Amino acid sequence: MIAEAGLGALWLAAALSLLQLVLGAAGARAGGEALRPLVRPIAIAQGLLAGLAFLFLIWLFLRTDLSVELVARNSHSMKPWLYKFAGAWGNHEGSMLLWVTVLAVAGGAVALFERRLPSATLTATLAAQALIGLGFYAFLLFASNPFNRLSPVPPEGNGLNPLLQDPGLAFHPPTLYFGYVGISIAFSFAVGALVTRDVGPAFARAMRPWVLGAWIFLTLGITAGSYWAYYELGWGGWWFWDPVENASLMPWLAATALLHSVTVLATRDGLRAWTVMLAVVAFSMSMIGTFLVRSGILTSVHAFAVDPRRGAFILVLLLLYIGGALALYALRVGTVKEGSRFDFVSREGALVANNLLLSAALGVVFVGTIYPLAVEAATGEKLSVGPPYFNSAVGPIALLLVVIMAAGPLLRWRRDAARALVGRIALPVLISAAAALAVVLLAPGTRILPFLGLVLALGVAAASVAPLWKRNLRRTPLFTYGMVVAHLGIAVALAGMACESAFTTETLVAASPGQIVSAGPFAVRFEGVEPVAGPNWTAVEARLHATRGGSSYEMRPQARMFSAPPTPTSEAAIETVIDGQLYVALGEADQQGRWQLRLWWKPMVTLIWLGGAMIALGGFLSLLGRLLRERRGAVREALA
Amino acid sequence: MKRLILWVPLGLFVAFLAVVAAGLYAPAEREIHSALIGQPVPEFSLAAGAAGKPGLSSADLRQGRPHLVNVFASWCLPCRVEAPQLAALSARGVPIVGIAVRDRPEDLARFLASYGNPFQAIGSDSDRRSRARSAPAGVPETFVVDGQGIIRHQHIGAITDGDMAAILAAYEAAR
Repeated sequence: MIAEAGLGALWLAAALSLLQLVLGAAGARAGGEALRPLVRPIAIAQGLLAGLAFLFLIWLFLRTDLSVELVARNSHSMKPWLYKFAGAWGNHEGSMLLWVTVLAVAGGAVALFERRLPSATLTATLAAQALIGLGFYAFLLFASNPFNRLSPVPPEGNGLNPLLQDPGLAFHPPTLYFGYVGISIAFSFAVGALVTRDVGPAFARAMRPWVLGAWIFLTLGITAGSYWAYYELGWGGWWFWDPVENASLMPWLAATALLHSVTVLATRDGLRAWTVMLAVVAFSMSMIGTFLVRSGILTSVHAFAVDPRRGAFILVLLLLYIGGALALYALRVGTVKEGSRFDFVSREGALVANNLLLSAALGVVFVGTIYPLAVEAATGEKLSVGPPYFNSAVGPIALLLVVIMAAGPLLRWRRDAARALVGRIALPVLISAAAALAVVLLAPGTRILPFLGLVLALGVAAASVAPLWKRNLRRTPLFTYGMVVAHLGIAVALAGMACESAFTTETLVAASPGQIVSAGPFAVRFEGVEPVAGPNWTAVEARLHATRGGSSYEMRPQARMFSAPPTPTSEAAIETVIDGQLYVALGEADQQGRWQLRLWWKPMVTLIWLGGAMIALGGFLSLLGRLLRERRGAVREALA
Repeated sequence: MKRLILWVPLGLFVAFLAVVAAGLYAPAEREIHSALIGQPVPEFSLAAGAAGKPGLSSADLRQGRPHLVNVFASWCLPCRVEAPQLAALSARGVPIVGIAVRDRPEDLARFLASYGNPFQAIGSDSDRRSRARSAPAGVPETFVVDGQGIIRHQHIGAITDGDMAAILAAYEAAR
């Protein structure tokens, strides 16, 4: 009955989204005022029902109800409960249900909490959100039903892809989806504001917390995903330019640009049309990403199912939603009045430069991701675009971007003197110059991109805290701290990436028991291997004893064999020390009884994810600061 | 003019849709029966790409034994995807030789250590010299070459489980 209840909740939610669309569309018109109060509760109920359907699916997975096709195909009774739970979204149908649930819950949250938008715009926004939801409900119900029953019931399930059997699965996809799909709110706000011709500072102030919230989740999700891939895939890399990674990076780039342009719109009433465009683009990138991943049109470690009919279904949804929004934009944005003007050397000018560079990076990643498809469509040739393209194309743009990021917050709004900036930026420039000298002397032969990355990271770190210079720290608003922390996070992550790229040392050896191998500053003694077993796997585990100076560490990398489905995986052993990580993966044995070991010493690599977490924390402080200020404003108004 | 610019995003999006729709409905058939089949392999001689394995030349492919020639690269993601299938083919006794395209020795060593090394020989085509001659469509790409060096079968893209039967059949026929 659980599966039927879940399916029922899903159908009801779909029906409510249709109602929300019809009432919302009618209510947003002049004369439809009477309908508007109905739309909010419907949106909330729709969010609750979708959430309920998702809980039913989790329940089915926890019970390992093998009469449900999805559970039988992707789960196994012997799996630890955490992976039964998280396995609910480790497959195509389940992840699409999570997608729709986040969409509906985000719409419900807007209905529940949004109090600033004029009622017509809010109603149009909720109608737009319902329109998106409706298409994806149809996709689930007609092309990817997660609640399908199976007859006869198989005695055991197929199990979950072992690469996904990791605590990361419980955390990474939901976080990412909250960001990925949460940005749909910005899209719906933009459509709502275009429909009611209501693009202005008030609209931007209303939209900002939602964009910020989604962006925080997206940042956390990408950071967590990067660390997960780093330790789970055993490749020792932290970013692979896999199409699916790109699919999450592209909305992040667009959302980051949007975050900054929405500030210009809210504070200075500039960049009206551009902000609306970015809001449309950000969620369009999420939908395109979903399409690229879920249609199986690109080869990727994330692609669960390859089914062209599903791809065609999502393609039609893309045509309707993105095509519709862009057509609306073209028709309506001409009526949006030009915002206020500003000088090139100004805070706005720097933010425009930031937006252009982020858009350029977005374009580069987008082209690289779909280039193989385009070439295949045009000439029939099949090829793949790898890290060499992305690193050399995105790297310089990113470095230019951090330079702008260093200078922007030190500029005044509307108009500033270039000479004044020179004075404010002098210290960071000096720090960068000193860093450049130090790197040249201490590590000659460092490649140009890591070199620039390292040098800029230090200067930018200094520049990011400069906005606090000579200010009363207790009276500085929380969102200014948020900006400082986030920008500092970028510098920290950049330093980590540059160090990892420039100074990683790698050792590949066939080691006999007792042999000592050196890896960076460590001496690692290989003690031998022993068999170990887990609930649904067996493994060969190596015992390693790593020493540096007076401290020593035990490391136990495994070569695992999962029983259902039978798949080998490599479980790397990672030792985190203050200045980096020692990363060891166990390979195969040869005829002489030697074991293949791969050891990496990755100095400062943890800064990459620490920086990512700081960026998200900065976003959170900023969001908190905005909400607190609003609360205070509301209290003051009430008192007055 | 200003008005027209507003339609540019929509135009770009429609172009994108056209591309992916073409990709989606392109023949799912990944075998391409190109003019290469029945042709002798072009002349090439490539230096060894990995320590411990010999290089590869076209003469090696005319020694009387059929071979599977796999064109790959460490920077190519689909090549990682097809590694288990190549290992399975190798385990079944199919001799596999590799051509690594535009690769660096250290990247190649890392790739082979990570994804297995089913290759009996690896030629390093660092500047894609043989590409111009043998004209592989891209990486990965796999050929069945018979004992006289004649191309008998061509597979474009990663080898999936579903492609194994056709490749094994072509190999058996070439023996």
